[in-house]
Amino acid sequence: MGADTTHPVGVELPKGIRPGGRGRFGPFGGQFVPETLMPALAELEYAYRAARQDPAFRQELAHILSRYVGRPTPITAAERLSEAVGAAVYLKREDLCHTGAHKINNTVGQLLLARRMGKTRVIAETGAGQHGVATATAAALLGLRAEIYMGAEDVDRQALNVYRMRLLGAEVHTVTSGSRTLKDATNEAIRDWVTNVHHTYYAIGSVVGPHPYPTMVRDFQAVIGREARRQMLALGGPPTHVVACVGGGSNAMGIFHAFRRDPVALVGVEAAGEGLHSARHAASLSAGTPGVLHGALSYLLQDADGQIRLAHSVSAGLDYPGVGPEHAHLAATGRAQYEAVTDDAALAAFHELSRLEGVIPALESAHAVAWVYSRRGHWPNGARILVNLSGRGDKDVDQVARREAAASRMGGGADA
Amino acid sequence: MPNAGGGRAAVRRLEAVFRGRQRAALMPYLTAGFPDLDSLPALLAALAVGGADAVELGIPFSDPLADGPALQAAATAALTAGFTLDGLWDVLERTLPSFPLPVVLLTYVNPILAHGTLRFVERAVACGVTGLIVPDLPWVESGPLRRLTRDRGLALVPMATPNSPERHLQRIRSGEGFVYGVSVTGVTGVRDQLAPDVLAFASRLKEAVRLPVAIGFGISTPEQAARVGTVADGVIVGSALVSAMMQDPVHAAGVATATVRALHAALDKQEGRGPE
Ligand SMILES: Cc1ncc(COP(=O)(O)O)c(C=O)c1O
Repeated sequence: MGADTTHPVGVELPKGIRPGGRGRFGPFGGQFVPETLMPALAELEYAYRAARQDPAFRQELAHILSRYVGRPTPITAAERLSEAVGAAVYLKREDLCHTGAHKINNTVGQLLLARRMGKTRVIAETGAGQHGVATATAAALLGLRAEIYMGAEDVDRQALNVYRMRLLGAEVHTVTSGSRTLKDATNEAIRDWVTNVHHTYYAIGSVVGPHPYPTMVRDFQAVIGREARRQMLALGGPPTHVVACVGGGSNAMGIFHAFRRDPVALVGVEAAGEGLHSARHAASLSAGTPGVLHGALSYLLQDADGQIRLAHSVSAGLDYPGVGPEHAHLAATGRAQYEAVTDDAALAAFHELSRLEGVIPALESAHAVAWVYSRRGHWPNGARILVNLSGRGDKDVDQVARREAAASRMGGGADA
Repeated sequence: MPNAGGGRAAVRRLEAVFRGRQRAALMPYLTAGFPDLDSLPALLAALAVGGADAVELGIPFSDPLADGPALQAAATAALTAGFTLDGLWDVLERTLPSFPLPVVLLTYVNPILAHGTLRFVERAVACGVTGLIVPDLPWVESGPLRRLTRDRGLALVPMATPNSPERHLQRIRSGEGFVYGVSVTGVTGVRDQLAPDVLAFASRLKEAVRLPVAIGFGISTPEQAARVGTVADGVIVGSALVSAMMQDPVHAAGVATATVRALHAALDKQEGRGPE
């Protein structure tokens, strides 16, 4: 806490935005969508509230989380990593969830809701394909039809996940507009929703989008923090720091939420790509400005005219020019601190965790590990660091291997 | 007269476009900066020559989530060609004082915020713009911008869709300029057929609000425009015009005049419609 949690970014809010209205986190959030979607958002909010209060819904969700997803996920005391950084490090093992990442916590929740609402068709956007796979998986489980929007670039880069989604019975639409990545896949999913709003449920993959999505996705992911808080007490005491990577911000909100009133430092780690001073990064909170993208006011990467800039990260799951509005609020109030870690540092952590703990992290999660590692030797006495290991790295092994092979062909040697 | 002095004159001028005519008003849509910003004055003139009654001018945005393929492509082309807001203000400042028709800007909300809301509104007014359409700013989020535009004499045009509840139609009665009736649940784009219930939708809007009602999204052919024009006070044609210009960008102005002229002729022939 203290100096640790003050946010480095001065907040300058755009004029003409009403603070604290409906579905707001401070001034952030809101519902910046075409009028066509407003009735659908109202319907969703109503249905979600009713479902939350319905014991049958909660029971069914809990049942799926334990018998199908594999919850609770364990916490691993990372002893060799702890020795290397000079502080006790604990890993919340979301990589052990079915499908290999935390994304499934959200999709089983949302698709149960979709079924309850009588929607027969589910759409989703995906970047690397993790949320697409998690959506396709939940759709198969619940007998719903899933269609996934994925940018053409990502379809090429993540061919295996495209096959996985199809294997699970989902249809994959290749998006060729704009940047041909996650940002445009999201635009295309929203266009589909505007068109087919009567029978279609839009399952957003992170704590982004118009109200009520940021709250709802956080609630479905909050199981991570609830478990971890209990588990840490059983492991000798609460953490002093909770660290998670931030793309849209769902795994971070998921683990932060239960700790929000505790005297614990909350640290979100964004992707600094090739460096915050290069144009190639994805650090919306560390280097962006307030604006509206995909239905919510938050921080984003944009130029002086408000055109959205392309994000870059070695990790496809962090490669997004926006961030969830609740993170913008946590940053503005100083309750959480946001740091950024470069591609190279994340790749080094990818190796380090694999070698030291026998755990291959997702490149996204490797950013959180890298930040902890970057402060080795400087951790205060008694620090107990809880890292959300949001996913496993099997999906990334091929990409990292190819990158390192290319680097060594160029005579530079692997960068890790 | 353009809105040189601000105040209510501009808003009244916009509302007047839809009133006291034997036929529905024709409002074509252009993407500003397509094919390039330099040709905007000539394109605006081409629309006037073809018989437009007002013009909707779209500010290109990187993430136009209410637009179909044609207007997305036009926006992308405009941004690639180097479109900037300052460039647009320059052109409008020079062009609108002598342009005979009211011009309404369409922009997504983020460029307004990035530019500074007050600055954006003031520059638009100073250039002689009469109204503002913001497709991703629904009525319930529009309070602060509405107060600003109202003070400066710029109409913030409310939108309504076939699935809008009664409550929404009640709320937008206090809107200004006209009501933009979105004919389909969907994005902009050329469609073979009108939505089957579009006339009933237009009637419902006209009964619910005291403002003129213009219908847009998916109106492509002169026949479709004429049908919608039997009920609506105005007809907005975007993707069909921009697509035609894209097929022949070198002769974009000629294409624009011809397209608008055909739409105008169809509206003129329209029968069974009395003056307001
Ligand atoms: C393993 C993993 N971690 C993190 C993320 C980033 O998303 P969020 O910030 O919403 O947790 C992703 C996204 O694909 C992911 O797959």
